[in-house]
Amino acid sequence: MDYKFDPTVRYGKTHEWARVEGDEVVVGISDYAQDALSDVVYVELPEVGTTVKQGEPCAVVESVKAAEDVYSPVTGEVVAVNEALADTPELVNEDPYGKAWFFRVKMADPSELDNLMDAEAYKAYLESEAH
Amino acid sequence: MADQALKRTRLYDWHVRAGARMVAFAGWEMPVQYPTGPIEEHKRVRSSAGLFDIDHMGQFRMSGPNAEAFLQRMQTWDVSRTAVHQAHYGLMCYDDGGVVDDVFLYHLPDHWLVVVNAANREKDLAWLQAHVGDADVTLRDVSEETYMIALQGPKAQAILQRVTDVDLSQLPFHGVIEGTVAGVPAVVGATGYTGEYGYELFFTADEAVHVWEALLEAGEPDGLIPCGLAARDTLRAEACLPLYGHEIHSEIDPISAGLRFAVRFDKGNFLGRDALLKVHLEGPEYRLVAFEMVERGVPRQGYEVVANGISVGEVTTGLYSPTTDRYVGMAYVPTEFAAVGTELSIIIRDRPRAARVVRRPFYVPAYRRR
Repeated sequence: MDYKFDPTVRYGKTHEWARVEGDEVVVGISDYAQDALSDVVYVELPEVGTTVKQGEPCAVVESVKAAEDVYSPVTGEVVAVNEALADTPELVNEDPYGKAWFFRVKMADPSELDNLMDAEAYKAYLESEAH
Repeated sequence: MADQALKRTRLYDWHVRAGARMVAFAGWEMPVQYPTGPIEEHKRVRSSAGLFDIDHMGQFRMSGPNAEAFLQRMQTWDVSRTAVHQAHYGLMCYDDGGVVDDVFLYHLPDHWLVVVNAANREKDLAWLQAHVGDADVTLRDVSEETYMIALQGPKAQAILQRVTDVDLSQLPFHGVIEGTVAGVPAVVGATGYTGEYGYELFFTADEAVHVWEALLEAGEPDGLIPCGLAARDTLRAEACLPLYGHEIHSEIDPISAGLRFAVRFDKGNFLGRDALLKVHLEGPEYRLVAFEMVERGVPRQGYEVVANGISVGEVTTGLYSPTTDRYVGMAYVPTEFAAVGTELSIIIRDRPRAARVVRRPFYVPAYRRR
């Protein structure tokens, strides 16, 4: 499998990644997810100040053909969103682990991170899903 | 339908080797996109050229002394206006004016070739057979033995000229002629459904891979790439070319669909004429409009359209338009909400978002810019 994996993030089964920075996490979608979507044409982000819950949908990413929910990998308050995705949704295809971060959450319960996978585990998960 | 095996074109293995994503479409397993991605494929057709496997479409051959008279009765278009070596768009209607299918008619010296939508092939054949009666017409579904490829874009003529003996400079828009392509006997039609100049090619199915590869090789210097169904859909939608199952179907008549140009009341009787004439004279209750999103969001087929706080219709096609970089769509709305500039809302994920009616099309086709 020829996807990029980021060893500095943790992954959810629904293909979001979470990068811990202090008591906050930055959230995006994996290289596998952007490839599966193909050309991204629209991203809808949660509003700053709203509360998101681990495993619940809080954003939408749309490709030429379909709209897909994005699930929050952690519970907490949204403290920032990536406004650049409104004008340049194609960043999701170009730089999924960098410029195309979706939103930033102040974690309510850091122990939730234990429910997420590291890059190796996520890679193995994708391989098992492929069979 | 679900447990019915999907049909594959002769290019199926080629598509898979090329890394295409294959999807189920109208009973066929077709490439929706290649690794290039649908937006680049779309842009390439607008700027250079793209190659489409469209063999899922159905082809009927009609010949015999009464073929033209029979077509005249079955078509809204006046086929007598389509001389030999010409092609034209037409529709088949039910008695109530609803559309059986929209088709392309190719007039060749000794027969008519009628190209129908993949999903409607069996229905159309049954419809035609049910009406042929004892007319002296030979009607044959030649879809299996006839292959169909579309080469579309501003560089299409230069590319095709390298591999055909037809003098394309002498073939007008919507002209049709027999010749060879890559050494294979072919019917060349200056037709297509992308809003660009281009060609649709018909030839024996056994030569599918040979012709496809020859065209790709001939077009390489100009950046020709294979394109999938996703690009085909965004291209035709930008040009506001209707698609069966979206803008047209059995519950919609061609007048309401804005296809008056393909309906000729002056030719005499044809199936659906009375119903269509009534709509024409009284004015359609609903009209197909083009809209653009004022607030961001992707409208999609089936999304509710609201005007003045009341639900007035549904989106028939909605998408991101790569050429204009806008979120746009088409919808049927009551005539009073059809004027350009009318404010509408599209309900996207339970939330109304502002849109407005705009002039059709979103992208003016190359052949209308002369």
